[in-house]
Amino acid sequence: MRTGTLRQILLITDGCSNHGEDPAAMAALAREQGITVNVIGVLDKDAMDESGRREIEAIAAAGGGMSQVVYAKQLSQTVQMVTRQAMTQTLQGLVNRELKQILGSDVSLEDLPPDKRGQVMEVVDELGETVALDVLILIDTSGSMKTKLPTVKEALVDLSLSLNARMGENRFSVFIFPGKRAHAEKMIDWTPRIEELTAVFPKLASGGLTPTGPALREAIAYFDRKRSLRSWISGGDEPYIEESSL
Amino acid sequence: MAMSHTSKNRLCNLPTGTVVTGKWHGRSYRLLRRLGSGANGVVYLAESGRTRVAVKLSDDYASLASEMNILRRFSKVQGAALGPSLLEADDWQSPFARETIPFYVMEYIEGENFASFIRRRGKEWAPVLVVQLLSVLERLHQEGWVFGDLKPDNLIITGPPPSVRLLDVGGTTMQGRAVKEFTELYDRGYWGLGSRKAEPSYDLFAAAMVMISSCCPGPIEKKGDGRAQLLAIIEADRFLAQYKDVLQKALDGRYQKAADMRRDLLAASSRQTSTKNERKAAPGRRSRRQAKRRGKARGIVETVVIAAALLGAYGLYIYWQLAM
Ligand SMILES: Nc1ncnc2c1ncn2[C@@H]1O[C@H](COP(=O)(O)OP(=O)(O)OP(=O)(O)O)[C@@H](O)[C@H]1O
Ligand SMILES: [Mg+2]
Repeated sequence: MRTGTLRQILLITDGCSNHGEDPAAMAALAREQGITVNVIGVLDKDAMDESGRREIEAIAAAGGGMSQVVYAKQLSQTVQMVTRQAMTQTLQGLVNRELKQILGSDVSLEDLPPDKRGQVMEVVDELGETVALDVLILIDTSGSMKTKLPTVKEALVDLSLSLNARMGENRFSVFIFPGKRAHAEKMIDWTPRIEELTAVFPKLASGGLTPTGPALREAIAYFDRKRSLRSWISGGDEPYIEESSL
Repeated sequence: MAMSHTSKNRLCNLPTGTVVTGKWHGRSYRLLRRLGSGANGVVYLAESGRTRVAVKLSDDYASLASEMNILRRFSKVQGAALGPSLLEADDWQSPFARETIPFYVMEYIEGENFASFIRRRGKEWAPVLVVQLLSVLERLHQEGWVFGDLKPDNLIITGPPPSVRLLDVGGTTMQGRAVKEFTELYDRGYWGLGSRKAEPSYDLFAAAMVMISSCCPGPIEKKGDGRAQLLAIIEADRFLAQYKDVLQKALDGRYQKAADMRRDLLAASSRQTSTKNERKAAPGRRSRRQAKRRGKARGIVETVVIAAALLGAYGLYIYWQLAM
């Protein structure tokens, strides 16, 4: 079975968007293009307000991904868990689709006898280990996030530790929003080593608007550009060659 | 995938006496009490006829199926019990949820949690149990696995005589892959001391952490340079300091095989028997036991006094009745 590269957007935010398109609509758009959107809500001390929580869940649901609201302290564990689980979920979806083709009817893991499920999971595990993965990390750096950014950085380094232990290839890129010129600003281009982040992070400046929707839209566009360029240069499996402008 | 909140709450609070019936095989299990719960589900003690079993329920088909795969593989390993043996897998059409809930049934391992065992019986048991643990790990590694989520919560002490068994195979991973599940404190990646690739040295780091955390009174939390902090903890504790070489070597990932670490730990343990430290520790324990015995003696005296007083009162009462 061929799956190509799994593509995810990981959105890390602490509240509500207040500018531009509905982020859930943008997440739905991503999903239509085969990009899963996962959302992590970061709390300080107090609980997240209801509308923030609802927005986070809505974005993930529309983006076919997972959402989780956590305290900054638990961020590392959560970021890697959500990313891995979303990956498994996507792969399971692919395997389920494959099953349907083989068995001809609407069969998924749940419909199989318990003793047969193990075989399916073995395929899913194998794919999860070997499939190539692109994660675009989109970080909310508006006002209130400022104090949480060191923890976010730690969590991302931890994420690369987990994913780089896999046999499959990983690529990360990091965007922040709001950006200086665009809604989302690229901090790091596709790289297997997220550790490069350390150099960039201290320079982050926080602003007032939270344009989550527009930032998601720009993130999706970046995926597309990357893919078209890659398929233009080669069959798609060659390492990505960076564009000179942006 | 992690369970959603509501269904998790329901699954974790099933009342005693709930009967879980499988829709594929038709067997029933009566739940007696909850044994524990975690990220991937909840485990109950249950009875099926006369036999007691452990039943794991979850709403996550995928992770249950993965765990069963591993338990099945483990049961094929000859000569060593690597985990609880798998008895059955089925789905339960529960009355409270529209969906069915998958579950599996496994051997119930009766015993005590690792940490509480050490607290009750003394630190000198930690190296003994870790030596045992390393034998199990050696076998598991020979079969091409890494346990992954090694921590006191996933170890149970059965007996007598006390012996270690592994529980919760959710983190068990084929060597060479990325460790599936781990707990920060026992994860070398978290401490900045290595990758999350499943290799024997990953488990050996965790084994050292199990020993450190079970001998260390307070909670451990990483601050700054992880390695320096762990070494400081070892040196600060009189008991752990005696095992410094072995522990340090394991933390640094310099053991490739569980058997090597086991040999060194055994050697270090037998070297300890004649040190001052141990001799000092022993009288302490004896006096505690004496204190307990003294307490018991006092109890007996009290009982006699009370009985005598009651008898006296009864005598007076009889005397008084007769005198009337
Ligand atoms: N076979 C068994 N016999 C006795 N007790 C058991 C058994 N299996 C599990 N338990 C108890 O139930 C607890 C939870 O089980 P388990 O660790 O499998 O759940 P989990 O959801 O995978 O948790 P975790 O968060 O550790 O991954 C264990 O810590 C242990 O105390
Ligand atoms: Mg457990």
